[in-house]
Amino acid sequence: MNDQVLFWIFAILAGGGAIGVVILQDIVRMAFSLIISLGSTAGLFFLLDADFVAATQLLVYVGGTLVLLIFGVMLTASGPFRRIQMSSGETFVGAAVGLLFFSVIAFTVIDVEWETLDGSHSPVAAAATDETGSTSRAIGLRLVGIAADTEVGIHKDRGEKTGYLLPFEIVSVHLLVVLVGAAYLARAKRQETSEATGGDA
Amino acid sequence: MTPTLADTATTIQSILQGWSISESLAMFLAAVIHVALVAGFFGLPAGIFIWAERKISGRIQDRLGPTRVGGKFGWLQAIADGGKLIQKEDLVPEDADGPLFRVAPYVVVVSSLAALMFLPFSDGWIAISLDIGLYLMLAVMSLEVIGVILAGYASGSKWALFGGMREAAQMVSYEIPMSICVVIPIITAGSLNLNEIGGLQSGHLGNWIIFHDPFSFLAFFVYFVCATASCKRAPFDLAEAESELVAGFLTEYSGFRWSFFFLAEYASMFTVCGIAVLLFLGGWHTGIPGLDGILDGPRYGSDAYVWTWLTNALGFGVFFGKASVLVCVQIWVRWTLPRLRIDQVMMTCLKYLVPISCVLFLGAVIWPLALSFSGKTTIWGTPTGERAAPTMRLESISSPADQSPTASTSNGETGP
Repeated sequence: MNDQVLFWIFAILAGGGAIGVVILQDIVRMAFSLIISLGSTAGLFFLLDADFVAATQLLVYVGGTLVLLIFGVMLTASGPFRRIQMSSGETFVGAAVGLLFFSVIAFTVIDVEWETLDGSHSPVAAAATDETGSTSRAIGLRLVGIAADTEVGIHKDRGEKTGYLLPFEIVSVHLLVVLVGAAYLARAKRQETSEATGGDA
Repeated sequence: MTPTLADTATTIQSILQGWSISESLAMFLAAVIHVALVAGFFGLPAGIFIWAERKISGRIQDRLGPTRVGGKFGWLQAIADGGKLIQKEDLVPEDADGPLFRVAPYVVVVSSLAALMFLPFSDGWIAISLDIGLYLMLAVMSLEVIGVILAGYASGSKWALFGGMREAAQMVSYEIPMSICVVIPIITAGSLNLNEIGGLQSGHLGNWIIFHDPFSFLAFFVYFVCATASCKRAPFDLAEAESELVAGFLTEYSGFRWSFFFLAEYASMFTVCGIAVLLFLGGWHTGIPGLDGILDGPRYGSDAYVWTWLTNALGFGVFFGKASVLVCVQIWVRWTLPRLRIDQVMMTCLKYLVPISCVLFLGAVIWPLALSFSGKTTIWGTPTGERAAPTMRLESISSPADQSPTASTSNGETGP
């Protein structure tokens, strides 16, 4: 019952924040509305005992991405770009796309027969039945290829030795390459201007 | 596993239910009691350290500091400050973005208060004991910067905007070396659970993670520098910078909203110092050979709840004392060193602290490997994590899989 109350609080905040992003005119208020929405989504993850996903949501999206977003918005938001005015045509197209996407999700959710589903079938819950919301061990073991949820039976023949560590590392290296590239681009621009003005970088 | 405060919550709930109160109301009341406890830890260090800051800064500058309020040493200065601030008018400038301006202090306060939920003050004295406690704590503390940026932007003032932008650049940069330094004790201890990391450092001084290997010794100092910067304390107080930016992002704030920022600052000073104590300096253990073992006896062994509670209270005193010493070092540094320029701050982080912390991280990973290759046991002994953590962890994770016979055999084949 208490979970229900908390669920509705977080769900309303998440939905309201998302609507706020669309409706509000001021771009920084939009960003703050997005913070509320994403933070409440982290709260929903906590309610589902997915503590690692929730913490990552807070760290990556709310703490990292949104800070950079607000930072960028603050630097660029001046004069005409601070407020976003949309023409009626844009509103119509946006609303149509949003409605279509919403209906896809809504029909998917309705199609699932929730009564027949048992909570123990979810792979994360199987590993974390003894302790509430300690999914990090299961995720960490899964990364190195030790399946803590073998009774699900998906990987019975081939899967036990496949970890997610290698794909994870490859993606990390890609991100590092992007980071170095961004630093290089920013640096090259800085040098040109410093040569032009004669000042030190 | 030692009982945590969360278990106490269920105890309180069952007691309250015994007084014929409905289940949800009892749970709510138990939650309120716990929130009040954590909020007490939010307010108490702030009060103490504000007084300490005034007194220490006074002594450093050859003054007396507060001497009147509450006796000879001005004990009640923090309360007098609070009383003064409550009475002030709550101003919102005309150019400010009203709602964002009003909400910004709450974002800062809530994030620094929420971080205290995951901090163990003594063995089991933790509001929420999670396996990812430290990770979540860093995540929550990183939200503080949003409030500061919003405050800087919403004030509608050039000074405040400059302060907010500096703060954003500084925080985003210093999070990187800080996180890398935090990882070093984690790989030493083999756990992300702060309570477990604290418990592993029992025994004597040599068991503290700071003395585990040379890399973790250096990592402590790098972490402390980054932690000082993340609290935006001098010499890294670029966001405030009284002599350049009036008061930075605080320029337009007055009264209680202004004091919220300071409550949060002092509370997060205590929090980062608490993390340092737990990760490097032995947590709630005294570090005196023999004494820790004697204390651990009644802490884990005895059936009498009172003895467990008393030893934990003593542990809380030790923890609070260690953290207070670190906070006093931060105060001492603030009133001794001049403020860095913004380019110097960024250079310190990106050119020095990030590479140093990366090297320390690599060294800390290689250290146990090198020790096992050479076959020597140094004065540091075996890595702390190998002693207790991994075997216990694998057993506990394989236990649900044991329910099906195929799973247990496959685990036997692939398990380490």
